[in-house]
Amino acid sequence: MAQTEVAVMDATDQLIEKYGYDDHFHDHHHGDKYQTNFITHYIFSMDHKIIAKQFLTTGIFWAIIGGLMSLIFRLQLGFPEENMAWLKPFLGKWIVLNDAGVGSISPEFYYAMVTMHGTILVFFVLTAGLSGTFSNLLIPLQIGARDMASPFLNMLSYWFFFLAGVVLFFSLFLSTGAFSGGWVAYPPLSALPQASSGSGAGMTMWLLSLTLFVVSVLLGGINYVTTILNLRTRGLGMWRLPLTIWAFLVTAIIGLLSFPVLVSGFLLLFFDRSVGTSFYLSEIFIGGQALDHVGGSPILYQHLFWFLGHPEVYIIILPAMGIVSEVLAIHSRKPIFGYKAMVFSIIAIGFLSFLVWAHHMFVSGINPYMAMIFVLFTLIIAVPSAVKVFNWLATLYGGSIRFNSANLFAIGFVSMFISGGLTGIFLGNSAIDIQLHDTYFVVAHFHIVMGVAAFFGTFAGVYHWFPKMYGRFMNEFLGKLHFWSTLIGAYLIFWPMHYLGIAGVPRRYYSFDSFETFSHFSGMNQFITVAAILVFVAQLVFVINFFYSIWYGRKMKVKNPYGATSLEWTTPIKPGHGNWPGKIPTVHRWAYDYSKGERDFISQIEPLSEQEKKDSIHH
Amino acid sequence: MIILLTLLCLALLVIVVIQIGRVSEMAGLIRGEEDVQNDSNYWNSRLGLVFMVLFLIGSVASAIYYKNYMLGYGPHEAASMHGIAMDKLFNMTLFFTGVVFIVTQIVLFWFAYKYRGIEGRKALHISHDNRLEIVWTAIPAVVMAILVVFGLNTWNEIMQDIEPGEDYVELEMTGYQFGWIARYPGEDGVLGSRDYRQTSGINPLGQVWEDPANHDDMHTNEIVLPVNKKVKVRLTARDVLHSFFLPHFRVKMDCVPGTPTFFVFTPTKTTEEYREELSKYPEYQVREDPNDPTSPMLWETFNYELACAELCGTGHGSMRMVVRVVEDYEYRAWLRNQSSYYLTSIRGSDHDPFRGEDLEIDGMDDAGEPGEMEEESTDETDEEDEYLSEVSEEDDETETE
Repeated sequence: MAQTEVAVMDATDQLIEKYGYDDHFHDHHHGDKYQTNFITHYIFSMDHKIIAKQFLTTGIFWAIIGGLMSLIFRLQLGFPEENMAWLKPFLGKWIVLNDAGVGSISPEFYYAMVTMHGTILVFFVLTAGLSGTFSNLLIPLQIGARDMASPFLNMLSYWFFFLAGVVLFFSLFLSTGAFSGGWVAYPPLSALPQASSGSGAGMTMWLLSLTLFVVSVLLGGINYVTTILNLRTRGLGMWRLPLTIWAFLVTAIIGLLSFPVLVSGFLLLFFDRSVGTSFYLSEIFIGGQALDHVGGSPILYQHLFWFLGHPEVYIIILPAMGIVSEVLAIHSRKPIFGYKAMVFSIIAIGFLSFLVWAHHMFVSGINPYMAMIFVLFTLIIAVPSAVKVFNWLATLYGGSIRFNSANLFAIGFVSMFISGGLTGIFLGNSAIDIQLHDTYFVVAHFHIVMGVAAFFGTFAGVYHWFPKMYGRFMNEFLGKLHFWSTLIGAYLIFWPMHYLGIAGVPRRYYSFDSFETFSHFSGMNQFITVAAILVFVAQLVFVINFFYSIWYGRKMKVKNPYGATSLEWTTPIKPGHGNWPGKIPTVHRWAYDYSKGERDFISQIEPLSEQEKKDSIHH
Repeated sequence: MIILLTLLCLALLVIVVIQIGRVSEMAGLIRGEEDVQNDSNYWNSRLGLVFMVLFLIGSVASAIYYKNYMLGYGPHEAASMHGIAMDKLFNMTLFFTGVVFIVTQIVLFWFAYKYRGIEGRKALHISHDNRLEIVWTAIPAVVMAILVVFGLNTWNEIMQDIEPGEDYVELEMTGYQFGWIARYPGEDGVLGSRDYRQTSGINPLGQVWEDPANHDDMHTNEIVLPVNKKVKVRLTARDVLHSFFLPHFRVKMDCVPGTPTFFVFTPTKTTEEYREELSKYPEYQVREDPNDPTSPMLWETFNYELACAELCGTGHGSMRMVVRVVEDYEYRAWLRNQSSYYLTSIRGSDHDPFRGEDLEIDGMDDAGEPGEMEEESTDETDEEDEYLSEVSEEDDETETE
């Protein structure tokens, strides 16, 4: 097999040989000193492809943990009266038995699960697992680079993420419990151990973990931006980049600008907790004692947190958008519709994401006049988002659509993004937000638009680029089973939550018995819990498919199985260190020449034909 | 045992999934890649259409099914002045987004079906269309502009503070882990000053007893408000963040330790009127306890509720307080029946800075009636007294609870 590959030089190789650029890479890196043994190859690897796989598998691990946590608190919400004693072997003291031997989930543990689920999914899975995986995998491959600008920083980026995970994982086993004050960690609740047992050691470890995580994001982000701006191959101008790269670039810039603000917020919180400062604390009487802190404001923390927190949702969704744009175009056999509009809308979303943070704080006690400017920018952000949706729809129009798992998830992404995006228009309008803020309407909104949608983008990317990562395909039948059960199941989970929210049911309640107003929905809550369990099982199908296919999946026999134009499909089936065995390909056209003229697709490395040159002069 | 069972189930799942995978893979090998892809296009595009139809029907049908439980619909119309404007804005947004939702979901799955890959189909090479793109940038921009204008108008009205000289009821709500303390200003209409350092078991709000404005302030175990009169609720928190949430009145505002906030609103329906409205709906025409035919109907037991809407710890979901909206005379009668916290709990104790001294307010204590109070118009007082004698027994019961 390997021999024939070396012997036969296909059309792609000939193009690269003829027009490629010889950077003498393999002369200098002879013998591949980075990857000589198991540890340097698979563990402390500096190869962007291995690091991408590390991010992906770690992300999958955390997604399973985070998903299981959601099942635990969903059990409480759906079946508050049921005996949970059967969970005792797994959860130990967090299942409290009453005199009759009936077990229930302790409220402390319930809130710890809610908090950890949010933290893990937002940061570890949808930031590191999504952006970390695909930025690492695709940036060098799609821009024609040998590797990241700094492979060493790239390696550090993964290991800081790993360390952040270790710290958070250990905090789950503290006797006082993991942090339980919500993933937003608002002080004073998060600042005072007297207020909640999880706010003691649990919170200290949470802060440490997230600070390590930010280091990881920053190291990764610097690398992504530098690599995209400096290491593009000859001929690859910014306007010829695939939309994935544009999305990763803007994502990395947003991360670089907003995560440091989060750390500053955390630092002040750390001071308030440990050194006795009063940045966020003022006039507090708790545990029978009046504290000395005077003059601080918890609202300051909210500003600092959401200055990251809101861009963060775009850090999560932009890479998914980029992946979906790419996958939809390739499998519709059409150029992405309105390429420039897509780029400008990514940039516009990136820019506006910094001007909307206080829409999380309309009723937090900020000046109502300040809220006005945030309503304006929040609703403006719907415009570039709408443009993107219309462009995706137009990309499907007139296509010859290939229904494989990757493309199904891309189509599902568009459906989810529409459904979840539209409810944002309710919440962004401060007057409506008074009622809906902190209710299940918000839970439904952000789970659909940035949770499920971002997952769909990730799945589209995994199914699509799996052959590039492992040289094998994932099983298509299982992939489709996974898609349909997840699409239907996710809507069954989150759609009814809109009704809960409109009925005023607040989020983060341990039970709804105390209130007549919120107690009408036990049937619905059971339904949601059952749907959540089924969707979780459907994800296990994906996990099994993923790991089975790494070793036993159908082999990839051609370099470019999808007929795609971008550079990653010009590398060998199993690209080694440096990605291209000989010269680096040079680029002669944009990434979306699909169904042009008589051709099904024209690779980016193919020079313009005489006819095309004439046409481009006329335009 | 349970762990073993779980592991066995997992192993079974893995085996089943892998076998399904292998069978499908083999079937694919026999039939050829292209054939399998065409087949997949055929079935999945149709599945998409079926999903779209069921999804849209399901979303509309479920909304209609739950209509009467949702605030703003059925019996749950807003019980406050601004709430009506807010519900209007909600419905306006629902209309615009609903249209977009239905149209785009149909187009998405319809295009996916119509342009599914079939043998011999060649995709079009369309890269952009400036005119079309301008149109679909402009339309959302215009719709958003409309929503922003209406939204901010509503917002600004809601956020108005009391105008000088306006007649209003004032009270203060303090959230703590895990409950609320309601404080009414008493005869003088002024809430006395607080110093959080003086908070203690006996002085839960840290009121400064040297301040005479505190002497007539009342702590109550429910919120009672007169109908159709502006209410200004001052909001504070004693320990962590809480949020003052009155779902039926469309009121929500965070309570922030160290930073007082407020919310102004006007209740428009008394509790009785709201119950009356509920009694027309079959969901509320059932017994509170279905097994006990003597228990009251569900609508009879309805009460407005205050909830906490900002995570504040393990008891977050139990911070309930009943809100009663009543006619003005009932309100004043109720108010007269409340007693000053200072006089009932502090006066004469070690905590009283004026122990042993005579205070003007003492008259109230001895007589159980305000001593130096100016007489109000006799009609109203009669009405109140009549009402008081009616409800006094009832009140005693609730207080002992």
